[in-house]
Amino acid sequence: MQMSGLGLGAMMLSEVPVVGSPVAEAQLLAPWLDAATKKKLAETALNAARDKGATYTDVRIGRYLQQYLFTREKQVQNIVNAESYGIGIRVIANGTWGFSATSDVTPDGIAKCAATAVAIAKANSKFQKEPVVLAAQKGVGDKAWKTPITKNAFEIPVKDKIDLMMNVNGAAMDNGANFVTSNLFFINEQKYFASTDGSFIDQDVHRIWPTFTVTVTDKASGKFKTRDAISSPMGMGYEYLDGLASEKIAGPNGLVGYRNSYDMVEDAIMAAKQAKQKVTAKSVEPGKYDLVLDPNHLGLTIHESVGHPTELDRVLGYEANYAGTSFATLDKWKTKNFNYGSKLVNIVADKTQPHTLGAVGYDDEGVPCKEWDIIKDGILVNYQAIRDQVQILGEKESHGCCYADDWSSVQFQRMPNISLKPGTEKRSVMDMIKGVEKGIYIIGRGSYSIDQQRYNFQFGGQVFYEIKNGEITGMLDDVAYQSNTQEFWNSCVQLCDQDDYRTFGSFFDGKGQPSQISAVSHGSSTTRFNGVNVINTGRKI
Amino acid sequence: MAILTKEEAKKIIDKVLAFSKADEISASLTGNRTGNIRYARNSVSTSGETNDLSLSVTAVFGKKSGTATINEFDDASLEKTVRRAEEIAKLAPDNPEYMPMLGAQQYVDTNAFVESTAGINPEYRAKAAFGSIEPCSKKNLTAAGYMQDRSGFTALGNNKGLFGYNKSTFVDFSVTVRTADGTGSGFVQRDYNDVSKLNTGTATEIAMQKALASVNAKALEPGKYTVILEPTAAHDLILNMMRNMDGRSADEGRSFLGKKGGLTRLGEKLLDERVTIYSDPTNTEVPGSPFAADGRPQEKVTWFDKGVVKNMYYSRFWADKKGVKAVPSPDGIIFQGGNDSLADLIKGTEKGILVTRFWYIRTVDPQTLLYTGLTRDGTFYIENGQIKYPVKNFRFNESPVIMLNNVEAIGKPVRTNGSLIPPLKIRDFTFTSLSDAV
Repeated sequence: MQMSGLGLGAMMLSEVPVVGSPVAEAQLLAPWLDAATKKKLAETALNAARDKGATYTDVRIGRYLQQYLFTREKQVQNIVNAESYGIGIRVIANGTWGFSATSDVTPDGIAKCAATAVAIAKANSKFQKEPVVLAAQKGVGDKAWKTPITKNAFEIPVKDKIDLMMNVNGAAMDNGANFVTSNLFFINEQKYFASTDGSFIDQDVHRIWPTFTVTVTDKASGKFKTRDAISSPMGMGYEYLDGLASEKIAGPNGLVGYRNSYDMVEDAIMAAKQAKQKVTAKSVEPGKYDLVLDPNHLGLTIHESVGHPTELDRVLGYEANYAGTSFATLDKWKTKNFNYGSKLVNIVADKTQPHTLGAVGYDDEGVPCKEWDIIKDGILVNYQAIRDQVQILGEKESHGCCYADDWSSVQFQRMPNISLKPGTEKRSVMDMIKGVEKGIYIIGRGSYSIDQQRYNFQFGGQVFYEIKNGEITGMLDDVAYQSNTQEFWNSCVQLCDQDDYRTFGSFFDGKGQPSQISAVSHGSSTTRFNGVNVINTGRKI
Repeated sequence: MAILTKEEAKKIIDKVLAFSKADEISASLTGNRTGNIRYARNSVSTSGETNDLSLSVTAVFGKKSGTATINEFDDASLEKTVRRAEEIAKLAPDNPEYMPMLGAQQYVDTNAFVESTAGINPEYRAKAAFGSIEPCSKKNLTAAGYMQDRSGFTALGNNKGLFGYNKSTFVDFSVTVRTADGTGSGFVQRDYNDVSKLNTGTATEIAMQKALASVNAKALEPGKYTVILEPTAAHDLILNMMRNMDGRSADEGRSFLGKKGGLTRLGEKLLDERVTIYSDPTNTEVPGSPFAADGRPQEKVTWFDKGVVKNMYYSRFWADKKGVKAVPSPDGIIFQGGNDSLADLIKGTEKGILVTRFWYIRTVDPQTLLYTGLTRDGTFYIENGQIKYPVKNFRFNESPVIMLNNVEAIGKPVRTNGSLIPPLKIRDFTFTSLSDAV
């Protein structure tokens, strides 16, 4: 929501959340505690908290590694290698949550931390109105889960990464860019979860985000235009950058979409050419258009207009002072006939889809991950809820979407992957465009804004193509569309099929006070929405 | 103890500098005690306090630099950190834009540290939250709020003779009050260096009044309206403009300050002649840091003088290349104003819309600084100098550059988010659609 991470191709280091301390590159591959040691330390915490009066305890022993690389044109601007490790202990005492964290991962440090967590719970219990009701979770015993990667990004030498970025920058400059910045982000969360339910879960989670921004300036007119990468952050290793031909999806007019493998150099060439075209592109005539939205664009619309409003804590008012509340209220859900969208709209939540940012084996309260429906045949059928919330929905089992961005942060409800199911009829993007009389085909994430209850939104994009009588006739500029969430999703009239399905992602999604980040994917195939209001954003100063 | 004295900090930094074998070495020592309390649905949801003392060491060989940090301060740990920074530096690629470290500098005194704020404890935070929740509960209103406080210091030093020390305190409070049925919502925000100026109960009263007054909002047609922007609303748009005053981007032709022929707008009149914006770290209401993170002194800088672009900020590298003064970006800004209060501006308005705050502001076009966003938590119609009725929230598409050419009146600046910003009366502010959000 707030964090400037969404759509920040040209981001500077100062705008990127870095958790932990700078370390030498080699430290990122150094082994840490083994599972047996972590189990022993976790048991120290569980016992210490129980002795102080906790009725439930969970422990997260975490090591969080980050490598971020920043370049512009022919220069490396910065390389960040960072490590953060410690333990976070959450307890229920007197029916109230308490949380404490420490970087002192010794039996003594852990015992003190557990005592503090219990003391905080007891202190806060004086102001507690209703005791915490926690959905039951059977202990899963000793388990391990790892993101199914084939190339650990942290094992790839920095030199190779810089070489790639220099190739990307060079390709953009050779094809007409005046400036280019490229960034690579790699994250590895090594986290061990234990709870008094009898779960001991060791997870090794990997994420990657390659991105760039090319800029074309036109001295004569003083105009400048940019085009950001159409990559997606993924729950993958360095293999995402292999650029496999089999993962490319050919679109109209020579455009290319990327599924689970990204060709960064090819995209940089395309970006430079498109940024150049944008300088002279026709300014859009405002009015109603049928929109054909690429998955790399639609993902952000899904994130803002379905993902956030169906977070149960927002619905209940816990985020009222910051992110806001939600129009998707419980009374609407209870009617069982609230038309969130047209009958074609089926939106699922999941923490299991391979290659996604949300995929893990277990969430940060030890719940095995799964998939569930949010919108079924256009009707709002469920929310995103965790162990202390699902009883409000009359459910007995947590959805498994609890997350903390660091060992030192307390876990809370975070968005799982929220994805639009592809159409069941065979249909390509070209087929879809053929049926559009007056429309705009939009690719990439651009400007985005939505109100605090998620009714009214406005989205831009990276590139816009005018569609007239079933054909793309040229590029447009100054395009943004405004709509109302329910109206927009009810104007969904056509979906491309599974062959066109891809995921979009948000790497630094922000929520809470103090703010925490999380990463989430949104899958969809290219989708058509009829009669959407398009405004012209061109101005003169 | 997280807050070291100048002498204690200097002793540690000098020790670090003495350990180094690098061409250049700098150390930055920061200590903070931060606390927060969060509440929603009239009940405290989270609270916490953190003490943190941390040392960051940067070693440089030629044009290669490396940084390491640590939070232990015995001699062995300090030396280990210096060695680690040196190792990282040796492995780093050359930075062609590296600038040699600064020598000794003169820094102004800013008086940003206030004992009362440094003394905030968990009991104070609980009382502050209670002081905001209780009046809301009594009137069947729902409060969700957040208060955070920080007291800390920063010390900088290097082997070229630079040393700087600054301590400061800060408290920030905001609350959103909603009616029980969710049809009304109000907001207030306050921030100070001195917590004795903060009364969460009094501040909450304003949010309560706005929540009650915003029930049954009427829908007005979107379009161009005269608006009165409260300082919180004006701040968000103006600060977005200030964040785009980087000289290099303008020189490179990719900023609102660039123009035809590869030139910039420096020295040109870009805004209404009543608009003067400057920064001054010694201002007693919004004291800033006496130095930027790289040790450059923060001084009084005029950014817009009677509408004319007077200064842009620069990296040291780019300023050196262009032969201009390397002015750092400011901490906060001061928008010069008059003596009229918000109430005076309302009184002098025939027809207009009062905006409490904006929400979800995002860049639409960096060339023209066109932004979109929405009004939130208290939007009212004004007629004949009086607030007539609440109106539904609007989405706007507007550029602060255009807005600051359409100035009708400028009120008395008040502190908001670390800057001094007046309420502004603006004509022809562009609302492009309606929102059902409350």
